[in-house]
Amino acid sequence: MAEKRPAPRVGLFVTCLVDLFRPTVGFAAVKLLEDAGCTVEVPSAQTCCGQPAFNSGDRKTAQELARNTIAAFEGFDYVVVPSGSCGGQIKKHYPELLAEDPAWAARAQHLSARTYELVSFLADVLGVTDTGARYDGTITYHDSCSGLRELGVKEQPRRLLASVEGLTLNELPGAEVCCGFGGTFCVKYPDVSNRMVEAKTADIKGTQADTLLAGDMGCLLNMAGKLKREGSAIRVRHVAEVLAGVTDTPPIGEKG
Amino acid sequence: MEPTTHAFPENARKALSDERLQKVLAIAPAGFVNRRKQAADRLPEFEALRDQGRDLKNHVLANLDTYLEAFESKVTEQGGHVHWCRTDQEARDAILGICRAANAKTVTKGKSMVSEEIGINDYLEANGLTPIETDLGEYIIQLRHEPPSHIIAPAFHLSKKDVEGTFRQAHTDLPPDRVLDDPKVLIAEARTVLRRKFQQADVGITGANLMIAETGSTVIVTNEGNGDLTQILPRVHVVIASIEKIVPTLEDAALVLRLLARSATGQEASAYTTFSTGPRRPGDLDGPEEFHVVLLDNGRSALLGTEFQEVLRCIRCGACMNHCPVYGAVGGHAYGWVYPGPIGSVIQPALLGVKEAGHLPNASTFCGRCEAVCPMRIPLPKMMRHWREKEFEEGLQPAAMRKGLGLWAWFARRPALYHAATRMAIRALGALGRGKGRFAALPLAQGWTKHRDMPAPEGKTFQQMWAEQKGKR
Repeated sequence: MAEKRPAPRVGLFVTCLVDLFRPTVGFAAVKLLEDAGCTVEVPSAQTCCGQPAFNSGDRKTAQELARNTIAAFEGFDYVVVPSGSCGGQIKKHYPELLAEDPAWAARAQHLSARTYELVSFLADVLGVTDTGARYDGTITYHDSCSGLRELGVKEQPRRLLASVEGLTLNELPGAEVCCGFGGTFCVKYPDVSNRMVEAKTADIKGTQADTLLAGDMGCLLNMAGKLKREGSAIRVRHVAEVLAGVTDTPPIGEKG
Repeated sequence: MEPTTHAFPENARKALSDERLQKVLAIAPAGFVNRRKQAADRLPEFEALRDQGRDLKNHVLANLDTYLEAFESKVTEQGGHVHWCRTDQEARDAILGICRAANAKTVTKGKSMVSEEIGINDYLEANGLTPIETDLGEYIIQLRHEPPSHIIAPAFHLSKKDVEGTFRQAHTDLPPDRVLDDPKVLIAEARTVLRRKFQQADVGITGANLMIAETGSTVIVTNEGNGDLTQILPRVHVVIASIEKIVPTLEDAALVLRLLARSATGQEASAYTTFSTGPRRPGDLDGPEEFHVVLLDNGRSALLGTEFQEVLRCIRCGACMNHCPVYGAVGGHAYGWVYPGPIGSVIQPALLGVKEAGHLPNASTFCGRCEAVCPMRIPLPKMMRHWREKEFEEGLQPAAMRKGLGLWAWFARRPALYHAATRMAIRALGALGRGKGRFAALPLAQGWTKHRDMPAPEGKTFQQMWAEQKGKR
């Protein structure tokens, strides 16, 4: 028998929106990681990855927050993020943000190399093929832009969802088209954003699914908010909740 | 053309409530997207060609002066003339000068975005000449006195019915009871009308998709053949091109052409690819007596060596706007000037100034689809972010947003305070929203709740719950 390797030590980067709006996703992530044999820690020195500042042109604040995150997550084997957007910020943009900072460039690279979006980490790094969950329903899945195009998250959630007992996936036409969230975009250009999310919810309803899943809270709040405004009964959850079988919390935007 | 880029939000609202336009936008971009994908999938080396295209253009931009001078000497050697123009005004004057010297009255035009950029039609008209657009889409919008709404499909925003109405209004010498319900009939009518204009023209103006340094040639691609009639029939041919369109060799031109048609329309090659090398030589059967190239800088060389240099790799295929969800929602006119879509959101601030065009780089979700399809791999979202940085440095962003983000960042830099403050805020918000699970309206969040509900938070932060559990685990 092969020698048992020590459990990978994983630091969970919770993300602001999970921390504030949906702790359930954080606990689902912890469960998925622990079930796959990881030791999970949540450094309390973490706050925001800095993406709102970065995308608003405030490079200096983005750099300060990047340094804070890097310092908070030193020493872990892996850093896992239940969001392609914040994950992309750390993995793709930190090295570029701090490239000219001699004290931090290498540390940014080091963190980048160890950072993964949750579902792709489970599937690609840990080799998880079945999370042992059950979900009775027909779901459809929206590919969040940053996860898809910055981190290559596409097949991994589908592969793992296929292992969930009782679950049927109806593919969403235009699954790779932006939902119109875009961080501050949705409040700076509410009418354009609305047109985009309207098109998205029309596609979602067309799939006849009873549940919408995605891997990013920003997109999920946007799509759930629109579906609820339109009076739709479609349930909206983060993909981690279904994969972990943590579905006792009411769906996003619904009362307990 | 007077830019209305500063009014992007109003332009966008107008476009969103224009039902006719929305109908067109609901269908049209998908055709481009599908055809591009099929063309890319059919060519196994397509992704490798994109790398080569990027590298080629990077090399050109690093040696721009060398190639432009080599081009000039080839053109001159062959009896042509090169006019170096720093500004749009210099380019307009150069073209007017050529037309005056040729005693021109009627000027035919092939499709050219640079000619839109310098506003040549209005200028020629104001100086007593008659410019006539010969590309079908450009012809239609010229009749309607509208700017193009797409860089390769200028009448993208119009339906067949719109075109019928325009033709009935403009072609008053034709029988009013004629049937015009078929695109083929519309095209035939335009062809008949334009044929007479081609024969009257004294000067023909075209753009250039490429200029080739080793041969002194300019290249245009069209699908209608109008470019050929524009440049061969009149006595004088004027090419208006911006400096970054230069490539070193014919081989390089072939590389760009393979990328261009596939990215633009999904064709392997455009129906017509035409090389122009100097004026008619003794013994040639046709061709113009004079050949002029008007080389326009208009702020481009100022981008060299800056964080915006890479945008000069653009070959104007339009793939970025075809794939852009914002363009797909509001169409091209909302961008308020010549270049719409993601490429416009990077170029227009450079050409018009960030004060005039500052909305455009902000009106993006950074979804990244433009960069994913750009044949020249231009990192468009990154460049829009660089414009946002310029705006931030100059304090041009809305005060409320600046203050809000500043406050957020102040807390985020202080983890202990951040966790305490968010814990309290979320407890309050959670208690307010628990009854329904969401808010239909929230103070300070009207931008969000105008169109959608705000899901309520669960009531405790994850960090708080994790700390509470820690003792028990």
